[in-house]
Amino acid sequence: MPHREEEHLTGQQASRITYTLESSLDSVNKVEQTAEQMAKKAGIDEDEIFKITMAVREAAVNAVLHGNSYDPDKRITASFENTGESLVIRIADQGKGLDPATLPDPLAPENLLRGSGRGIFLIRSFMDEVHFKQLHPGTEMTLIKHLGTAQTGS
Amino acid sequence: MSMKVSTRQVDGITILDLSGRITLGEGSVQLRDSVRDLLAKGSKYILLNLADVNYIDSSGIGELVSAYTTVRNQGGELKLLNLTKKVHDLLQITKLYTVFDVKDDEASAIASYTRA
Repeated sequence: MPHREEEHLTGQQASRITYTLESSLDSVNKVEQTAEQMAKKAGIDEDEIFKITMAVREAAVNAVLHGNSYDPDKRITASFENTGESLVIRIADQGKGLDPATLPDPLAPENLLRGSGRGIFLIRSFMDEVHFKQLHPGTEMTLIKHLGTAQTGS
Repeated sequence: MSMKVSTRQVDGITILDLSGRITLGEGSVQLRDSVRDLLAKGSKYILLNLADVNYIDSSGIGELVSAYTTVRNQGGELKLLNLTKKVHDLLQITKLYTVFDVKDDEASAIASYTRA
């Protein structure tokens, strides 16, 4: 069962939900669905919801598959926060760490026909900011979408 | 949530009508198995109808690329038909749109194969 913490910050409208989840595809789906609900609730338009949801899914896949290698003893942590100005999603794994500088460019001609290696490229394409932080052990990826430009209506 | 595959033959071309999601896990594996089975049976001219594929992730994109190269390496041809806007846009930003032969009309897609 996922462990869930919900924190409503007083004095502002921000709220944060954090899940600690097993290294499984079910967890990826859970994280994806939570991101979609969060983006919908924030009044974001449909195209941007798709991009955010996909970026978050890719980050969760990265954590489960490349970070934790489906290890049943390792967990991923996913936190979702609407600061009022941005959606901030943090996904952390307990793997051996990821240096984004070493990732091959999936758009390079010699890499175009590779069967993998596009996840982080898509995350960067779809979010406004992406940050990597080395944990010990593991990696935390922070995905940020600024509200305002992405919102429909007001 | 998973993907469905149905197969039909038109003028020597095998059309795979895919629907649902091509993502890590089920969808990607189904696509890989379907293409592998066709090649094992000698069907090398394959058209993937993606009209009802509403979602594809990086794993699914990778699987399309792998299917394309596998079929090509066996002397066949794999083409894509009826991309949804989302899949089209994903292939554009990953620079794969020009790698694949993408069609939007089934009859002309069938006619475009250079059968041995």
